This record gives sequence, C-alpha cells and structure tokens, in this order.
Amino acid sequence: MANHLFLPFIVPIFGAALAVLLGQRRPLARAAVLASVLFNVGYGGWLLWLVISGGRLVAQASGWPAPFGISLVADALGATMLLVAALLMLGTLLYGRASTGPIYDSPFYEPLLLLLLLGVSGAFLTGDLFNLYVWFEVLLMASFGLITLGGTRAQLVGGLKYVVLNLFGSTAFLIGCGLIYGLAGTLNMAHLGERMAALRQPGLSTAIAGLFLFAFGSKAAIAPLFFWLPDSYHTPPPAVTAIFSGLMTKVGVYALYRVFGIVLPGELALIAPLILALAGVTMVVGVIGAMAQMNIRRILSFHIVSQIGYSIMGLGLASAAGLAAGLLFTTHVMIVKAALFFLGGAVEQVAGTGDLKKLGGMARREPALATFWFLGILSLAGIPPMSGFFGKLALLQAGVAQGQLLITGVAAGVSLLTFFSMLKIWNEVFWKKSYEDMSKLPRVPLGLLLPGALLVLLSLAIGVGAGPISALSAQAGAQALDLSGYAQAVCGAGGCEAAVSDLMK
Amino acid sequence: MYDSVILRSVSRLMLPILLLLSVFMLLRGHNLPGGGFIGGLVASCAVILQMVAFGPTFARRVLPANYLAMAAVGVIFAASWGLPALLGGQPFLTALWLPEPIPGVGKIGTPVLFDVGVFLTVIGVTTQIALLLSEEPLLFPMERGPARDEGAPRA
Amino acid sequence: MVLILAITIGCLFAGAIYLMLRRSVVKLILGLLLLSHGVNLLIFTMGDGVRRGAPPIVDDAGLPPANVADPLVQALILTAIVISFGIMAFVLALAYRANQAVGSDDLDDMIE
Repeated sequence: MANHLFLPFIVPIFGAALAVLLGQRRPLARAAVLASVLFNVGYGGWLLWLVISGGRLVAQASGWPAPFGISLVADALGATMLLVAALLMLGTLLYGRASTGPIYDSPFYEPLLLLLLLGVSGAFLTGDLFNLYVWFEVLLMASFGLITLGGTRAQLVGGLKYVVLNLFGSTAFLIGCGLIYGLAGTLNMAHLGERMAALRQPGLSTAIAGLFLFAFGSKAAIAPLFFWLPDSYHTPPPAVTAIFSGLMTKVGVYALYRVFGIVLPGELALIAPLILALAGVTMVVGVIGAMAQMNIRRILSFHIVSQIGYSIMGLGLASAAGLAAGLLFTTHVMIVKAALFFLGGAVEQVAGTGDLKKLGGMARREPALATFWFLGILSLAGIPPMSGFFGKLALLQAGVAQGQLLITGVAAGVSLLTFFSMLKIWNEVFWKKSYEDMSKLPRVPLGLLLPGALLVLLSLAIGVGAGPISALSAQAGAQALDLSGYAQAVCGAGGCEAAVSDLMK
Repeated sequence: MYDSVILRSVSRLMLPILLLLSVFMLLRGHNLPGGGFIGGLVASCAVILQMVAFGPTFARRVLPANYLAMAAVGVIFAASWGLPALLGGQPFLTALWLPEPIPGVGKIGTPVLFDVGVFLTVIGVTTQIALLLSEEPLLFPMERGPARDEGAPRA
Repeated sequence: MVLILAITIGCLFAGAIYLMLRRSVVKLILGLLLLSHGVNLLIFTMGDGVRRGAPPIVDDAGLPPANVADPLVQALILTAIVISFGIMAFVLALAYRANQAVGSDDLDDMIE
C-alpha cells in the first residue's frame, strides 16, 4: 500500500479551492497555486525514482480491496507522464505570470490550470477504467474553461468545436465503459485484462476496442479526428496553448497505451495494422497542413497532429520496444512542443502578431530567443544531440526490427518535412529582414524567455543522457504490456480472479 | 421570471420547506436514496424557485451567500474528511465512524461529513450557474426587479 | 425488458445523431443531451439485474439476496448524470455567448 499516491490529487484540489477562496487577495492565491504545482513537481520526481527502483506502487481508494474498489497504480509509464505534466504546468504558471493580458489576470485562470493538473495526474495514476473517464472529464472541464476564458469571438467559435467534439469522444468512451462492464462484469483495468483474455468474445471485444480507439483517438487528434485541434488551439493565450499542446492530446495517447496495453492486448495485435495506417496518415496530413499555414501557432498546432502520428506509431508496433520508443518520443514532444509554444508566444506577445508575413528580424533583435528557438526546432526535427533524435531513432529502429518498413519510411520522410516547415518559421520570423521597424518593439522579458529556454535545455539534457533514459523507457514499455505483473501488483500475488474468489468466500 | 400570483405565493411557502427537505435528504443519504448531491440540488431549487418567481435580484437577497466561495469551501470541507484516514496510515477517504449513533441524526462518520461538503459544493455551483444565466440581460429581458413589484415579499 | 430498453436506446441514439447532424447549434446541443441519456440507459442495461438476473452481491451464506439490483451501474449512471449536468450547463452558456458574438445559430456561420 502506497497511500502517498493520493497526494498529487489532494494537493491540487486544495490549492485550486484555496485560490478561488482567496481570489481577492491575489498574492496569497498565487502562492497557493505555485506551492501545489511545486509539490507535484517534487512528488513526481520522487515517485518516478521510487518506481524505477522498486517497481509498481498501488493504493486502494477508501480501503476497498481490489478489484472491487478504485485502485491507483503508479508504473514507470504513469510516473514519467506525471512528472513531465507537473514540469510543464510549472513552466506555464511562470510564463503566465510574466505575461500581461486580461486572461492571465482573471481570478479563475490559475485555479483552472490546477484543475487541469488534477485531472491529468488522476488520469495517469488511476487503475480503473471508469475512474479514468471521470478524470478525463475533470481535465476536459478545466480545459473548456481555459480555452474560452476571455470570450473573444475566435475563442468562442473555436471553443464550441473543441467542446462538442471532445464531448462526443467522451461519450464514446462512456459507451465503451458500459459495454465492457456488461461483458466482463468489472471495471478494474487489471481484472478487465484478465477477464477479457479469458472470455474470448472476439466480435464484442473488437467493437469495444474500436470504440476506445475512436474515443481516445479523437482526444489525441489522430488522422480523421484531428480537425478540431488546429481550429481551436491558436485562439487562447500562448500559455494555455502551450499547456494544451503538452498535456491534452498526450493524455489521449497515454489512455491508448494503457487501455490497449493492459485491458485489450489481444485486440491490439488485431488492429495494429489499422493503428499503423492511421499513424502514417496522421503524420503526413499534419505536416502538410502545417505547410499551408502562415501563423506561428497555427503551424505549431498542425505539428502537434503530425507528432501524434509518431506516438501512435509506437502503439501500432504492438511490442514492448514500440511502446518504449513511443513513450520516449511522447515525453520528448511534450517538452519540446511546449517550449516552442512558449518561445513563439513570446514573439507573438512582443510583436503583437503571429503572422509570419508581418514578422521578421527577430534573430538580430533577440539573439537568445532565436538560439533557443533554433535548438528547439532541431530537437523537433530530430537532429542529434537533441532529445528528438533519440525518440525518432528508437521508433525507426523498432519499426525496422519488426519489418514495418513502409511506416518507418513515412516517419523518416515526415521528419524532413517537419524540419522544412520549422525552417519556414525560422526564416520568416528570425532570419529575414523585417519590412517594419522592429527596433521600437519592447524587448522580450526574461520571464517569457525562461520557461521555453529551460524546457529546450531539458530536451538537450534528455539527448545527452539518452542512455539511462532509454533504459527507463524500455522498462516503462515492458511494464505497459505486462498484464500479469500489473494484475499481481494491483490484486495480490494470485492475480485479480483469485482475489475475487478469496474475497467472496 | 413569470408574473403569476400563484407561483409567487407558493414559492414563498416553499423556500423553508425545500431547505429543510434538502437537509433531510442530506442526512438520510448514507443508507437510503438521497445524499449530498440530491440534497444540494433540492436546496438550490429553493433559491432557483425564488429566482423564477421574483427575479435574480431578489433571489440573491433572500439567501445572501457568496455561492462561489460556498462551492470552494465545500470542496475543501469534503476533501478534508478524507485526510484523517490518510494521517492514520489508511487510504484516502477510508470511512471512519463514531462507535455509537447519535439519537435523531444517526451514525456520524467521515462519509456523512464528506457529503456535507458535496452538499455545499452543489448548492454553490448550481445556484451560481442559474443566477449568472438569469442575470444575462438579453436572455431574460422581462426582469423588472422586485422592488417595484407589489407581489414581492420583503426580504 | 431488455428488448424494450434496447429499442429505447436505439431511438435515443438515432434521434441524437439526427439532431447532431443539423446545422443549428441548439439542436446540436439537444443531440448531445439525448446522446448522454441514451448512454446512461445503455449502462443501465449492462447491469446484472437486467441481463443476468442477479447482482454480484452475496449474503453471509454466499447466496444472492432477493430484490437487489446491481448497485454499480446505478453509481456509474449517477456519476455520468452529474458530469453531463455540469457540462451541459457550460455548453449552453458557451452556445449563448457564441450566439451573441456571431449573431447566428447556424454552424456554417461559426467561422472566424
């Protein structure tokens, strides 16, 4: 029993409620929010260390024995995501405090960020399928608030699409939960995995797998279900876009990994070719969409879609090596994407526009910003020694090793296109001479530069420390597909079915 | 806001009844249908009924609470009652009960207190949503304010 | 019982999809509302009380007690209702604001 697993929920919920209560006393409210995010960062690091050294940690909510109650499970996959999510939230918080704007001053902005962190942390730690749905709704509610806070026309229109399509995806998730409960009579993921393997209901479980693929796919923005993302992500302020790019779609990816790794591993083998095809289409469509855009954040939004293709490719390889590579890549892209949104947002805030045609000359004016941006796009494109290189290398290696040459080739080709598309921003914003006088613009404050710069340096650090980090991701990938180990950790040495018959006596 | 004598008379009578019923629902909830959520909805219905009959200005005055703060306090209160178990080395939200039931109220333990927090949160959130929506000038242009209206009771 | 429920769920889903395919935002939201009711009913039919006759509850003798329904699906539905209640309130407010900003209820006008 690791009862400290409840802390990453308890602290943000208290922090958010306190921040709403203290709304008028702004410094106190901000201190409460900062303290809870810092706690989650520290806790995430500690938990990851515990999990690496000691294996999975489990807690049972309210003391109900598994598989009847809600279990919390921390494995290497969940703990890594928990730590990265808290780190990105810290960056977002600091970035928001350094920027100016009516939304950052809203008394609900920081509590909503904390609620988002709460939902994300819950989703990464829960071991119960319906509880995962509840955490999804928590983080969706927070994101609905964040994306429409401010209420401009673009935000409302983009937000409406975002809300409706995400609701539809959640409903599909809920249908899947209902059907799988009717089929297996349980909702604990470990127990579900055991029972689905024992039940052998091929038609029904494939239908359920399709529902989950649709539900999480629409959240992760994979190929036919991505169109809400570029329509809505550039409308809120940059800090919000950055945290969304880092967390929202990646929670969908995490849920796909978790559900197909533990609950429906049999179905994963069956629909892996479909997932690989979707991954390829997602990569290509995203990067082509990005080429047609002329706005920093719109280009980056389309690249989120393209990068999701790589994460899904890791799942489609349907092996521990594939999941490990996918996790390494997903972690990298969470960090680098948020960094690029921070840096691009800093340009946008200083210049007052994100339109590539109107910008220019930033390399001379802001050399530090330009350097970090360039390092960031090197990382995104996958140039050594940045983290992106090792993420993509692991994916390509796993692809070649499993003989999936077509998707591997597409992934390599899309990398080049990504670099090309990123160079477009580099040329237009930083390199070309500006048509307007940029010298009158205010300088980029240190507070806007720092979060992005630190995240780029983190990406560099991941690249430099690639050895131990790929060992960690290999451990996480193996754990994510290890149903019997998961069930033994959750329900006891005999697995969940044995625990049920013991408890029913 | 409807201009109806019957609605106004009834809703005046219903306010205390609904509030009492909500507390009854809350306390009954542990073993029978009811609970914090249902109780909270009934209590917020009491306020919303005043809003429908007399308008949001009056409804804000009849129960002058800061509903947003009430919701936040409810969340803190509910979550706090999971902590004693955690401090005692048990999982968060494990139920702890007093050994003997209190006459007239029933068994008291952390789940009941947790439900009180839920109750406060639901009242706060629901009432705040309804009041904010009804205070939209374009949505409810009929709002005249109870001060000029003979049917409105003095708060 | 299962047949009636299945037909009802089918009708709710069909109506929901029809409404969601309309261009009006209000109808879209009504469609989402119907869909969530359909899903709640679907979860209800997944309970043991409806499908298999006995809930997973046993008394001290290890026998299922009389007149007890599957409590888990009820808890799931209650949770889903609470969530959809909160989200619907938000979506309606959002649609109202969007309608104010755009001046139309038509999804085709909902462009920047």
